[in-house]
Amino acid sequence: MDETPHTTPRHSWTFSNEINAEIRRAAATGIYDIRGGGAKRRVPHFDDLLFLGASVSRYPLEGYREKCETGVTLGTRFAKKPIELKIPITIAGMSFGSLSGPAKEALGRGATLAGTSTTTGDGGMTEEERGHSEKLVYQYLPSRYGMNPDDLRRADAIEVVVGQGAKPGGGGMLLGQKITQRVAAMRDLPIGIDQRSACRHPDWTGPDDLEIKILELREITGWEKPIYVKIGGARPYYDTALAVKAGADVVVLDGMQGGTAATQDVFIEHVGQPTLACIRPAVQALQDLGLHREVQLIVSGGIRTGADVAKALALGADAVSIGTAALIALGDNDPKWEAEYRKLGTTAGAYDDWHEGRDPAGITTQDPELMARLDPITAGRRLRNYLNVLTLECQTLARACGKSHVHNLEPEDLCALTMEAAAMAQVPLAGTNWWPGKGGF
Amino acid sequence: MTVLDMAHTTLREVNTTLQHASKGHSNEAFTIVNPRGSHAMAVGLDGPITVTIKGSTGYYCAGMNKAATVHVEGSAGPGVAENMMSGEVIVEGNASQYAGATGHGGLLNIKGNASSRCGISMKGIDIVVHGNIGHMSAFMAQKGNLVVLGDAGDALGDSLYEARIFVRGTVKSLGADCIEKEMRPEHLALLADLLSRTGADARPEDFKRYGSARKLYNFNIDHAGEY
Repeated sequence: MDETPHTTPRHSWTFSNEINAEIRRAAATGIYDIRGGGAKRRVPHFDDLLFLGASVSRYPLEGYREKCETGVTLGTRFAKKPIELKIPITIAGMSFGSLSGPAKEALGRGATLAGTSTTTGDGGMTEEERGHSEKLVYQYLPSRYGMNPDDLRRADAIEVVVGQGAKPGGGGMLLGQKITQRVAAMRDLPIGIDQRSACRHPDWTGPDDLEIKILELREITGWEKPIYVKIGGARPYYDTALAVKAGADVVVLDGMQGGTAATQDVFIEHVGQPTLACIRPAVQALQDLGLHREVQLIVSGGIRTGADVAKALALGADAVSIGTAALIALGDNDPKWEAEYRKLGTTAGAYDDWHEGRDPAGITTQDPELMARLDPITAGRRLRNYLNVLTLECQTLARACGKSHVHNLEPEDLCALTMEAAAMAQVPLAGTNWWPGKGGF
Repeated sequence: MTVLDMAHTTLREVNTTLQHASKGHSNEAFTIVNPRGSHAMAVGLDGPITVTIKGSTGYYCAGMNKAATVHVEGSAGPGVAENMMSGEVIVEGNASQYAGATGHGGLLNIKGNASSRCGISMKGIDIVVHGNIGHMSAFMAQKGNLVVLGDAGDALGDSLYEARIFVRGTVKSLGADCIEKEMRPEHLALLADLLSRTGADARPEDFKRYGSARKLYNFNIDHAGEY
């Protein structure tokens, strides 16, 4: 036997097993990878921030005894009927088509039980979600699938979607296997074809046009509904400023961890900014315009815990929105379906081929047998429970910082664990009074 | 006949009056004078009233119209009759970009020319343009009929779905997946009806029909070079 020492086999960091597998997949198929969800790469996030808590110079509020309010009003700038929510956490827009009818119903039920709003998506408004959502935001998207003035008037708010965090500058594609008779009819397209959702609106370009589009929507709905403008985390300072200039009541800002039903992996992972990096520039834009808190800011993209909620609010958001986390609360990627995930070549927690319509959890599908696995009443209760936990956690942290309302949280309550997070959140690196970009040390 | 003078009446008052009357299905007639190119005029109407606008309009005139008849005795700005559901919109002059965009139903009758992206993403509306149309018209058009008595600009019907396009004049170029198709008797009958309803002086036999080749309906890497 040769006793000569050998070099240990060494994998390349650049050409990792994951990268090599993708090269082989691309070579075999000739097409890029399409998947659902948001960015999976590690980016600076709320985990990189800590609350300082009360001390000699700050006093806390008594947990379980002293009130810490959580209510938020959205749309106070121009709308005659702003939306009053009990909690600062909303459900993000997700389409019927990408999600099943029962899943949309469950989102409506859970949101209503928790005292918050849910949002339609590309593909129009369904009776399930309108009927079970006390407060429903109607998305106004480039495709205008299912768009009609009756639903516009039935909505509690209108969200003009300019972009989303998973794919700023990108449209969408709902693959044919999910285009059932019902989905096709709502979208005025043939059954079974791949449905392209346009990346820009068909009848306006730029902020000057958007201002007129918002005027039209207000005139159609009697100036009652709050008008949100949703932007992807691309250029948050300027996009926020321009949305406000165009007349938005609310800006919804979605970072790159925000999910999508189906987009190219290369787009999800390589376009847009982390949620953490987007908040302060957007807040700065509102402050520079003298409209912080008058135009509300909703932040989304990777919100998972009450700590994430509290940190987003401390950085200046008025509310947050959840999509992926809401689906997980309903039952998405649950290990109880592990055997079936294995059959699909994946594992619980990593399943992201939502566009293929074979979701074992019955959420991102139009297959009647799979859909039947999700009980909308039970799933709605699970979402309610989860939203309640997020709220309780957020309150716990706010009380620890001495705040009687979660909106009283402020950047001064935070420090950062990394230089990157300190720079993005513009809060001091732990143990210092400095962050990159700020003078002095 | 009720006259609304926009020299003395705000847009909000005008639209409130029209929307209230349309909801009541009153069959009333209104005339708007001094429109001064206002945006979002006569939008969101929801019943069989008639509105005559004495002059030109700004963006989105008659947007999301249902059942009403809106007659613009001038030219119309971008997005006239956008997302119309039903009813009729007549433009005596020219129409700017995105005329009839995403319209689900009803009839848009443009007596002059229409600019680029006419009928973009249309979803069931019928559009008749007596003059010419600009580039990228009927882009991603899903359902309905676009009839052009004059010429069409570049990239007509790009990424077309099931909408039908009829052009009497020349087509500068066809967009991705748009092809000329056979004119069958049912198409001639459809065209004759639309020409008759819009008072167009043209014979159906003089038109060519364009539609989708349906090659892009399901993603195929071999067709990626087509767009």
